[in-house]
Amino acid sequence: MSNLISLPIVLPLLAGIIVAFLANNKPLVRRVSQTLAVINLIVTGFVLYQVYQNGTIVLETGDWIAPYGIILVGDMLSVTLAFTTNIIAVACVFYASKSLTDQQESFYFYSFFFLLITGVSGAFITGDIFNLFVFFEVLLMASYGLIVLGNGKAQLRESMKYVLINVFSSMLFVTTVAFLYSVVGTLNMAHIAQRVQEVEQQGVLTTIGILLFFVFATKAAVFPLYYWLPRSYSVPNPVVSTLFGALLTKVGIYSILRVFTLIFAWEADLTHTLFIYLAAFTMIFGVVGALSTNNIKLIMAYNIIPAVGFMLMGIGIFTETSISGTVYYLIHDMIIKGAFFLLIGVIAYVAGTSDLKKMSGLIHHYPVLGWFFFIATLVLAGIPPFSGFIGKLLLIQGGLAQEQIFIVIAALVSSLLILFSMIRIFIQGFWGEKTELAHPERKRAAHQMTWPIGILLSLSVLLGVGAEWFYPSVEWIGEYLMNPEIYIDSVLKE
Amino acid sequence: MEIIMAVLAGILFTTAVYNLLQKQMLRIIIGTALLSHGAHLFILTMGELKRGAPPILSEEVEQYTDPLPQALILTSIVISFGITSLLLVLAYRASKKNGTDNMEQLRGNEYE
Repeated sequence: MSNLISLPIVLPLLAGIIVAFLANNKPLVRRVSQTLAVINLIVTGFVLYQVYQNGTIVLETGDWIAPYGIILVGDMLSVTLAFTTNIIAVACVFYASKSLTDQQESFYFYSFFFLLITGVSGAFITGDIFNLFVFFEVLLMASYGLIVLGNGKAQLRESMKYVLINVFSSMLFVTTVAFLYSVVGTLNMAHIAQRVQEVEQQGVLTTIGILLFFVFATKAAVFPLYYWLPRSYSVPNPVVSTLFGALLTKVGIYSILRVFTLIFAWEADLTHTLFIYLAAFTMIFGVVGALSTNNIKLIMAYNIIPAVGFMLMGIGIFTETSISGTVYYLIHDMIIKGAFFLLIGVIAYVAGTSDLKKMSGLIHHYPVLGWFFFIATLVLAGIPPFSGFIGKLLLIQGGLAQEQIFIVIAALVSSLLILFSMIRIFIQGFWGEKTELAHPERKRAAHQMTWPIGILLSLSVLLGVGAEWFYPSVEWIGEYLMNPEIYIDSVLKE
Repeated sequence: MEIIMAVLAGILFTTAVYNLLQKQMLRIIIGTALLSHGAHLFILTMGELKRGAPPILSEEVEQYTDPLPQALILTSIVISFGITSLLLVLAYRASKKNGTDNMEQLRGNEYE
């Protein structure tokens, strides 16, 4: 039964290999990829149901018992995130066939795509800090492949920087793991947590924690380590930007969430206070970046950063309410960022430009697209009853309960500015005078690209309106993360 | 022995950082390669070095080397080889397409 938890990793890996052989037959590779992505989603949904019913699934690979072998841990948090990942994947795979050029499609887009999903699911599910590094590498390797897909001038220029920054932070990750291993003598996260708890995180352990935070913060684009993100996320194909924006930074945040609630949770005065300040700066600088440009792809890429700030804020405040807020916001943000990047892709496609000044009156030609964009803006800014509101409400409640007024004000102000930055696209791009379309022949493809966005948006609305159904599980996850003993006991079986 | 290895890792890190701060792409790539070598040596040192002891643990063997760091660097070496070769190809393509291998000229401030 516990082998079930390996499926979210193994299935996309197999899918990636299968579609590699079909790359030259485009109609076939599309159908097969779409089917495989849907199968993945269903299987991960089944795993989620099992975890929900029967509790955490722990797989000791090769029957090596817990602290010695490599283990996979499927708890509610990791499996929920893996499930959300697969929802994004399904939306992207249906969108991809319209958005990619022929050349990009035949150069193994679908293989890289499935390998990326493998890496992301693996990073969520693994229970071993070195394997976290390995899965980071798996997803980064796939992302290196995706970012250069298309061979554009700007793409090659930005991907060089993207690869370099990630190589550097990966090597720092390995070094930090070496430090951690020499201090606690184990790599199993539950076992590390137990040993750190025994000495109450004395001595060098806090330093190691901060080093690990530095590594994860680079991947998650926390202030001041976000400088690499906007340009590298805005140059590739929209569907690739979607995968990056919705999934990659979230893996960084998940790792921070996991490591700093499970392992390094005993010096909260120092580490978690630092997070609060960094979160505030992340929000403000991110949103200022979004307001600074007229390129819609860059605006969207900058908008990833304040969302990271919100999630980090929940981790920094470190109460059950705020951690549940972070988890809720994490799920919400994966879905809405997916929808938004896809939307921006369609807008840039139909307008034939990503410069905001050159487009106007799109809503006369594409009413559905326009209203989808409007709803998505409301969701992102956190207007009730949409899902952004619930996550922000929990975070702000948590902040007020801890009397962190500074961060609460920063969060509210940046929410307002996010709304402003997005509504700017709506006003300039969709309103305004009706102009002749630059590419009227693209109408049909654009309509086919719109419906995966509709699915993501309706999910996001459901997540907000149906908060009463989802909230108990999320609250339970928050409680669970604040009590690391449950995780340690379920892995080490004591 | 550990001290010498730690110093060596330190030297590798220093040269790596120096190379990473250069403008020429090839030097930066050499920097990342050196950085990964430093990190690998460092992992090996952290597991304590014992000369002449096998990395196995069984009832007959009394003195043994910790096998885990060796397994770790094996994985890590493979990954860093892969990334270094990818970087070389990428740098080649990027410099061909952009007509320069100077990072200063690859800032890309214009909108596109």
